[in-house]
Amino acid sequence: MSTHAPILPILIAFAAALLQMVCDRLSFQRFVGLLSAALLVLVGIWLTWLADDGQTRVYALGDWPAPFGIVLVVDRLAAAMVLLAAVLGFAALLYASAGFDQRGKHFHPLFQLQLMGLLGAFLTGDLFNLFVFFEVMLLASYTLLAHGGGLARTRAGISYVVLNLVGSALFLIALGLLYGTLGTLNLADVAQRLPLPGYDRALTRLALALLIAVFVLKAGLLPLSFWLPQTYTAAGVPVAALFAIMTKVGIVAILRLQVIALAPAMPDLLDHWLTPLALATVVFAALGTLAAARLRALAAWLVLLSAGTLLVTLAQTSAAVTAATLFYLVHSTLAGAAFFLLAGVIAEQRGPAADLLVAGPQPQATWVRISFLVLATTLAGLPPFSGFLGKLMLLTTLREVAAGTAVWVVLLGAGFVVMIALAHNGGYLFWKHRTLVGPAAAIAWPRATATLALVAAGPLLAVLARPLSDYTERTARQLHAPGAYVAAVLGPAPARIAREAIR
Amino acid sequence: MEALLAIAVGVLSACGVFLILRARTFQVLLGLTLLSYAVNLFLFASGRLRFDAAPLIRAGASYTDPLPQALVLTAIVIGFGMTAYLAMLALRALSEAGTDHVDAGREP
Repeated sequence: MSTHAPILPILIAFAAALLQMVCDRLSFQRFVGLLSAALLVLVGIWLTWLADDGQTRVYALGDWPAPFGIVLVVDRLAAAMVLLAAVLGFAALLYASAGFDQRGKHFHPLFQLQLMGLLGAFLTGDLFNLFVFFEVMLLASYTLLAHGGGLARTRAGISYVVLNLVGSALFLIALGLLYGTLGTLNLADVAQRLPLPGYDRALTRLALALLIAVFVLKAGLLPLSFWLPQTYTAAGVPVAALFAIMTKVGIVAILRLQVIALAPAMPDLLDHWLTPLALATVVFAALGTLAAARLRALAAWLVLLSAGTLLVTLAQTSAAVTAATLFYLVHSTLAGAAFFLLAGVIAEQRGPAADLLVAGPQPQATWVRISFLVLATTLAGLPPFSGFLGKLMLLTTLREVAAGTAVWVVLLGAGFVVMIALAHNGGYLFWKHRTLVGPAAAIAWPRATATLALVAAGPLLAVLARPLSDYTERTARQLHAPGAYVAAVLGPAPARIAREAIR
Repeated sequence: MEALLAIAVGVLSACGVFLILRARTFQVLLGLTLLSYAVNLFLFASGRLRFDAAPLIRAGASYTDPLPQALVLTAIVIGFGMTAYLAMLALRALSEAGTDHVDAGREP
């Protein structure tokens, strides 16, 4: 059974999407969708547990051996990302099942396909297959973004689709160049060939740089990040919550490419440009939080801020920095998604004022106010929640690197600005015009449960910080020994040499 | 042959980029289509150009690399789906905003 474990997440999501397309009764679709998401969480836990023995599990699709066929690779990083995506997917789907899915057709199958694309992108060990899963994820996200209708969503949709189609074209050009020079698209095989002579180094470098450019477009690095706040603000609440992990797909892809293929052979590809641009992204996003006119826009800027913070660390090649990055990635994904869901709940309680940051009726439910306080504390990086711990780990490990001082100044400054933005807007939402009473709309239990579950992740990650940071440390150590990855995918060295002789 | 293909890829991408930067959704759509043609030709060339060679490996016979052909096929299918979706989205924007400008309905 456990030999087929790596393909299970993709199969579950795909089977659920097919079932939901066969029968479009809403209650059936909700049941299948939530069942699939719950199964994905269980499989994610199982994979994480399996992967924690330090082995890299390789699943050859169709049993074709690695450089010829496509492989799925499960190591600690892939398993943890699958679990994170599944948890996020479950919460977002639970929230959407309280009415959002009725605002248009085919929400549920598209949601499952988006999950399938996300999970596949984390699991695959082949660059062209990564492209295919990116496209599955993007095509579903285009339609989910437009779900619910309205001119704002259509307009945001057009620029988002055009930008990502251009990104896909660049991705294909990069893959064509890579195949033309190295003759392979398997990540482990690329890593194995890069240090060897006998190929056009300049062209290969260009191909890899183009690949990185596509990934930073998805992650939202500064010159390529203007689409992000607009798109995430326009998206429906549960869709935006799921999108919180989409920027992380680009970040994980860069991390993998950097550690496995680039660090041993072309360690200078990310030097001198990634960290300054990422710091600029952080500054840009921090200013954006001050300018946001609605709560969802504020959440979108915070997603960009977390993406910028994560990108700062990617040019560093130490395992300690990677471990801190992964902890921060888990925290920021859950907290960012929670903020979108909470913004939706608050909008529901404020009637016509919705989530606009103007004085209006205040939300009635006590748990909403407490949730906002907890979440704002988490996001601003104040003690005692996970945001503080994540930032503490990042800053501690980044103290030794070359640009350490600049990173400290920018990250701490951005934290301060975010704190001001959240405190200011929290005041507007909860204290201004206390006399105006909001509509006494009760929040449907799925929405309340989903929101509370994600908000609770902040305190929970703080309580479980030790086991989690131990896990991320083991993950980082495994990542930074790329020889084991290559050997696991391509087989031990003698078999490889025999195969090269046949070629 | 190589020169011809290189010129075709270059001209297609140049026209594609020019059209993508225009302000009407239909032109952007055409630009993306041209760009994807250029990309497909480029991918096709990544396996090197060979005359009179089948993508089948036989003893002694010369053959052409079959993998880029499979990649191109995948890229064509995906690109076609994306373009069709963008066309629908552009039509919806046209009916909702009454204009096919890419920034239709933006408040001044």
